[in-house]
Amino acid sequence: MVAQQPLRVVRCGGSKLSGARAAFSADAKYLLCASGDYVKVYSTATEECVHILQGHTNLVTGIQLNPQNHMQLYSCSLDGTIKLWDFTDGILIKTFVVGYKLFAFYTLAGSEDSVFIIIPKKNEDSLDSFQLVSVKLPKTPDQEVEAKELSLILDDIGQSPKCTAFGREGEYVASVRGLHLLVYFFKKKKVNRFPLSATSRKGANNYFTCVACHPKEDCIASGHKDGKIRLWRNFNHKREYTFSTLHWHHDVVMDLAFSVEGTSLLSGGVESVLVQWRDGSDCKKEFLPRLGSTIEHISASPDGTFYCTSHTENKITIIHSNLSVSAVIQGLVKGSDVKTGLVVDPRTKALVLNGKPGHLQFYCLQTDKQLYNLDIVQQEYIHQIGLNQVDLVKVAFSAQGSWLATVEQREEKETELELQMKLWNYDEQTQSFTLNTRINNPHEDHVTALCFRDTDELEDGTPTLVTAGNDGRFKVWVLVDDSDSEKQSMGWSCDFVGSYHNYPATNCCFSEDGSLLAVSFEETVTVWNSDTWDLICTFCHPPGRIQNLCFGRLSCSKYLLGTTDNGFLCCWNLLSCALEWSAQLNVMVLQPDSLSENIAAVSRLLEGSDLFVFKPNEPRPFCIQRNVCRERVQWAVFIPRDVPESIGSEKHQWLSRSQLYFLTETQDLLTFSTKSTEERLTPSSKQLAVEESLPMTPFYLLLGKHRHQQRSKENADLGTAVVQSHLAQDSPAIKELLHTPAHVLPSASFLCSIFINSMLISKENKSAGEVVDEVEMDSEKAEDESDEDLELTEMEQDINPTEFLGEITQTKLSKSQEKQLRKIRRMDYSWVAAL
Amino acid sequence: MGEFQVHRVRFFAYVPAGIRCVAHSPRSARLALARTDGALEVYNFAANYFQEKGIPGHETRSTEALCWAAGDRLFGAGLGGDISEYDLEKLRVKYSLDGFGGPIWSMAADPSGTQLAVGCEDGSVKLFQVLPDKIQFERSLDRQKGRVMSLSWHPSGTRIAVGSIDLLRVFDVKSGHAIQRILVDRRLQGLYSRECVVWSVAFLSDGTIVSSDSVGKVQFWDAEKGTLLETHPVSSSAVLCLAVSEEEDSIVVGTSEGAVYQFQLLPVKWGSAESKWVRTKPFQHHTHDVRAVAHSATALISGGLDAQLVIRPLMEKVHGKGYDAALRKFTFPHRRLVSCAKKAGLLLFQFPQHLELWRLGATNSAGKDGDILPVSRAPEHLLQLKSKGPEHICCSCISLCGSWIAYSTASRLHLHRVHLENGSVSVKRVSKVPKLLCSAHQLLCSADSTRLFVASDQGAVHVLKLLEPGGCGHLQTLRPNSGSAEAVYLLAASADGDWLAAAGGDWEINIYSLRHFKPHCTVPAYNCAVTALAIHPVTNNLVITHSDQQVFEFSIPDREYTTWSRKVQQHGLHKGWLERDMPITHITFNPKQPAHILLHDTHMFCILDKSLPLPDDATPLMNQTSLKQLSEKARRGHAHAFKICKKYQPLLFVDLLEEGSLVVVERPLMDIKTQLPPPVQQKKFGT
Repeated sequence: MVAQQPLRVVRCGGSKLSGARAAFSADAKYLLCASGDYVKVYSTATEECVHILQGHTNLVTGIQLNPQNHMQLYSCSLDGTIKLWDFTDGILIKTFVVGYKLFAFYTLAGSEDSVFIIIPKKNEDSLDSFQLVSVKLPKTPDQEVEAKELSLILDDIGQSPKCTAFGREGEYVASVRGLHLLVYFFKKKKVNRFPLSATSRKGANNYFTCVACHPKEDCIASGHKDGKIRLWRNFNHKREYTFSTLHWHHDVVMDLAFSVEGTSLLSGGVESVLVQWRDGSDCKKEFLPRLGSTIEHISASPDGTFYCTSHTENKITIIHSNLSVSAVIQGLVKGSDVKTGLVVDPRTKALVLNGKPGHLQFYCLQTDKQLYNLDIVQQEYIHQIGLNQVDLVKVAFSAQGSWLATVEQREEKETELELQMKLWNYDEQTQSFTLNTRINNPHEDHVTALCFRDTDELEDGTPTLVTAGNDGRFKVWVLVDDSDSEKQSMGWSCDFVGSYHNYPATNCCFSEDGSLLAVSFEETVTVWNSDTWDLICTFCHPPGRIQNLCFGRLSCSKYLLGTTDNGFLCCWNLLSCALEWSAQLNVMVLQPDSLSENIAAVSRLLEGSDLFVFKPNEPRPFCIQRNVCRERVQWAVFIPRDVPESIGSEKHQWLSRSQLYFLTETQDLLTFSTKSTEERLTPSSKQLAVEESLPMTPFYLLLGKHRHQQRSKENADLGTAVVQSHLAQDSPAIKELLHTPAHVLPSASFLCSIFINSMLISKENKSAGEVVDEVEMDSEKAEDESDEDLELTEMEQDINPTEFLGEITQTKLSKSQEKQLRKIRRMDYSWVAAL
Repeated sequence: MGEFQVHRVRFFAYVPAGIRCVAHSPRSARLALARTDGALEVYNFAANYFQEKGIPGHETRSTEALCWAAGDRLFGAGLGGDISEYDLEKLRVKYSLDGFGGPIWSMAADPSGTQLAVGCEDGSVKLFQVLPDKIQFERSLDRQKGRVMSLSWHPSGTRIAVGSIDLLRVFDVKSGHAIQRILVDRRLQGLYSRECVVWSVAFLSDGTIVSSDSVGKVQFWDAEKGTLLETHPVSSSAVLCLAVSEEEDSIVVGTSEGAVYQFQLLPVKWGSAESKWVRTKPFQHHTHDVRAVAHSATALISGGLDAQLVIRPLMEKVHGKGYDAALRKFTFPHRRLVSCAKKAGLLLFQFPQHLELWRLGATNSAGKDGDILPVSRAPEHLLQLKSKGPEHICCSCISLCGSWIAYSTASRLHLHRVHLENGSVSVKRVSKVPKLLCSAHQLLCSADSTRLFVASDQGAVHVLKLLEPGGCGHLQTLRPNSGSAEAVYLLAASADGDWLAAAGGDWEINIYSLRHFKPHCTVPAYNCAVTALAIHPVTNNLVITHSDQQVFEFSIPDREYTTWSRKVQQHGLHKGWLERDMPITHITFNPKQPAHILLHDTHMFCILDKSLPLPDDATPLMNQTSLKQLSEKARRGHAHAFKICKKYQPLLFVDLLEEGSLVVVERPLMDIKTQLPPPVQQKKFGT
């Protein structure tokens, strides 16, 4: 590892998938979509991300297949470049530097060497005048070429890529802006402008929102703000143009797309219903409802088998042409406001935060995938402006993740507040949380904080939860056995109510061993004994409302830290009951690391947020990172790493075991990295995973073998450097097994031997495996279970177990595998003989 | 503009009859329209859609189909089973002929106009030959089962497409055999209906048949092969009528939901011959069934049971923002239905079957501009005169003193003497009305109530002498020198009883001297229909308005246009005035302000002040509200001749009473709608 890399703030995934229209590959096997600065290649069959095309330095605004070569992809970005990719291999082929901010990108099959882009007028940032220009792409063999031959086509058009569309065989281009439809005819070089009146008596809102062109006929479809779709025909005549109207949407038509043959038109909007209009007729329409959230973009695959819709909740739905959902690619759902903060699920190490309205999302940051959604509110979300819905505001997990507490509230007016606290138990069998207790109005006012006591170390520990409320009370809830003769059940009930001069309780937290509870009341911090619920002592040294409160950990567990709203960070020693030190720092977020003594504090001065990492026993921070972002940081969280990263720099050692993520006001999820961009490319993205799904042709056999050799060589090179954490999962055999749809898999008996072989660790790798063995224990344990299941199923196939075992014992086995085998041996397979 | 005490009359409970069918004649640019009460109206498109002629309705006559044939001859047929020809000069039915096939549902003339095909209840299609003075039964095509709801000739005249119940047939005219029988689907999008009535068919020259049916679809068929080409679901209820443009590139259909749709034949790609029918524009101007549609070169015309005739221009076909480019809706006839006895304060309302006499209310309080005054004496319904027989009333009048009421049906004239004595009303019918008068097209009493002018056929005006206590005698018949064949439809008499002006269907205005009972002169011919006439009580100038919104003033003593009229023609009228879409239907004067002319149409009334300068196109025509905010001095500088009031709508009649108060008769459209049956239930989003 390279030492002394500066600490950099990087976006860590979870970026918007619905920023631009997604594109399908020619055979509809891959879906390409812009995601932040990257282009992601997803498999349409498995929903897996196959490649991440990295290279742009700003938001990617448009992607389109190269019409000359269907294995290539153009992408354009706000950084002023157009890049040509080989998306099957994830290789950047060429970069064209245009030098303007590019807002949209279009290619035409007819024009080989020029493409069309939307750029701001005079390259200034006035956000209201844009122009469509064509760019001649020079045919030089260089990697990076300048494309400066621009020629203006349409002036003063809309910025959005949805507002411009190219017509049949590139004969014309249609663009909408405000109340005008502009059509430019390339052959005649003339522009026809069709205005609409702003409003009519019936309250129509005729503003254009999007446009699409029929691929085979001379027909333009335009979407409008009042939900109408107009089909324009005969628009080559200035006067005798005509249009028909389709009206189903009740609100803005967000996007339109024609199917490949143009027989049907797709439209979508806030109703989150995909509407398919057949033959442009008002009466022949079909619906796909309940897609979750507002449809932002629609695209159709070139072979006509799929449509895909991008949604505001950062989701892409792949829809079969018979209007059934075939796959869902879910990114990190970004609502308007993350009220729950960033929480780590101790069980899965996933990031937990508000997802869809009323839901809790579990998001895996390593794979950049949503694990699952937990419906907390369990009420249908009604899309309506001004309607106050029940909102999820607080979330807490118990230390081992077996309990989850959620608080939801609905505030109609100042006086009417509906509060509900729910406690969820993790069910091992269903692998999900089930509702255990529902408590209506746990407090008379807003719940400000809740936390579990980490009781798992204590023998007698009953699960305990503390909630603090604005009504001046904190309540202790414990799990009690309220089972009767008929049914055995456990429920939560209130055990203790504490208050301090009726000040509103603002924060609460338990010390690491669970023996002390600290609750802050306005300007006072109170410390309570968690066994007897007696007030032990109070701290109120600096005048100022307490905003954050936390105990130190491990060796620093005798310290209690608090921040005030007038800019002080205080550290109290619990043994001496005195202020140890204080610092003037306007702390926004105070976040302890659960694996170390480190505490991160994000402060904000006039502009820009600064990060301080310190240990409570020392008032001097060991790491200061100035200006991590311009906006206010709302939440931060330490997420434990699966594998500790070896970090050369002493200064950044705090990042080795857990990673700090933080969320800004603009809902950007950011993190710190010590590596350079190239290194952050994960090995998986370098793999040629595509090959595995290619059909077996003679050409493939020739080429594939060659590639395979190459790769194994590469692997050997990397073998020493890359920590092979998931050896088993890296194996191509398992990958193939897991990634291939079940219906095309060969019979299990055929796969068995390959699969078993892949489980074996070859001699060369063994040393590397042992090095990380100890740290891996955790993850391996989890794997154990699933592996066992798999093997069990295989046993049911007609395989002689003894023969099978005999084969395996020939090679040297790792500890864990030996353990497994022993387990298998212990099992009773006599029933196989009965078959 | 002057202040008036306004009698705002809303008790004229007139409900116009629904429109049953229309026939458009592109050659003469006229539209014939039949109403459900059997009345017939002819609109002239060249004269700004003015209702040129009207034939009153008849109790037993119900017209189901109209067609123009052999030039400008108009034929109608109805459920009575008769085929009639209308005499458009004498404004009556010329003759009727029984079709002997039961009720007639449809009728169409062949492209050459020499044959009429008639579809009957018994399933037969009969051909009639159009002879110069009559029609003659020629033969029947093969009789089939099921009533013939609709038929259409192929432009070559060799085939007829016939729409029946659940069926479409194609007949060969020569042999009379059905050569194609097409079943029409009763189903639309999975919904079955009991039967499928083919309400309307059209045979296009390329052999395509277009049909519209009660299931709600418009279908295109290949007549040669009998196959379905295209189906367009249009409505969830019936599609009642369709019409094709002359170029056959556009179709208009009307549905029972009150919507009108246009279909256009559009090329699929530029430069390729392939084209397809696309439903383009929907229009929802009617609240009830659209029973009749027509397609002129520049407009879609639809008429519905809500009695509205809607002319919706096709913006791409009209050039410039002129008169043609405006959407117009006609609900009321372009005729005077109200007459006013100024001296007695009485109003006479004309209904199809009866007359109503009302006394206006009165008030004894005064107020400021805009105040609503309390009524001290409520308006009083004095009299209802029922006409006998099945014929409807075509015109009526009351003398200025209120003692004579005259009305006429298609066949005879009725005259009544009314005695109004302190509250009690007695009416006596004048029995001996001279026999020579078979019908009247317009009636007018002289200012001194001694003479009755009866407008008659061939440009003649009969003058009757009204005798006390209740009698009349024929005095004279005035005939124009030119020998016109058209009936007179407008009359105006001077206040001093010396002059009478009469306008006929050929738009010629003759002025007669009543002193000598001979023609005095003729107003120079102007090529547009006359909509209103009046003679100024002081100056004896004849004021004429035309349907193209021109206003002329003709001095009768000098036999020439007045200088003001010449000035108006030189200067030109304001653009806003010329683009109004309703004709002026009544003119009156203010004796105290000789320079004022009071005009009104359905949407406004206007005081034309001859002493003020004419506005040019830059100044707004409607400037009453802005003028009010100016100071007295500035107001004078900005004032112009047209003072327009749009407060009262829709306006049927405006007249100035003796004591300087204005009577305004309104008929709110909402009141008419409440009289109609409930419309087809439609689901509206958000309700």
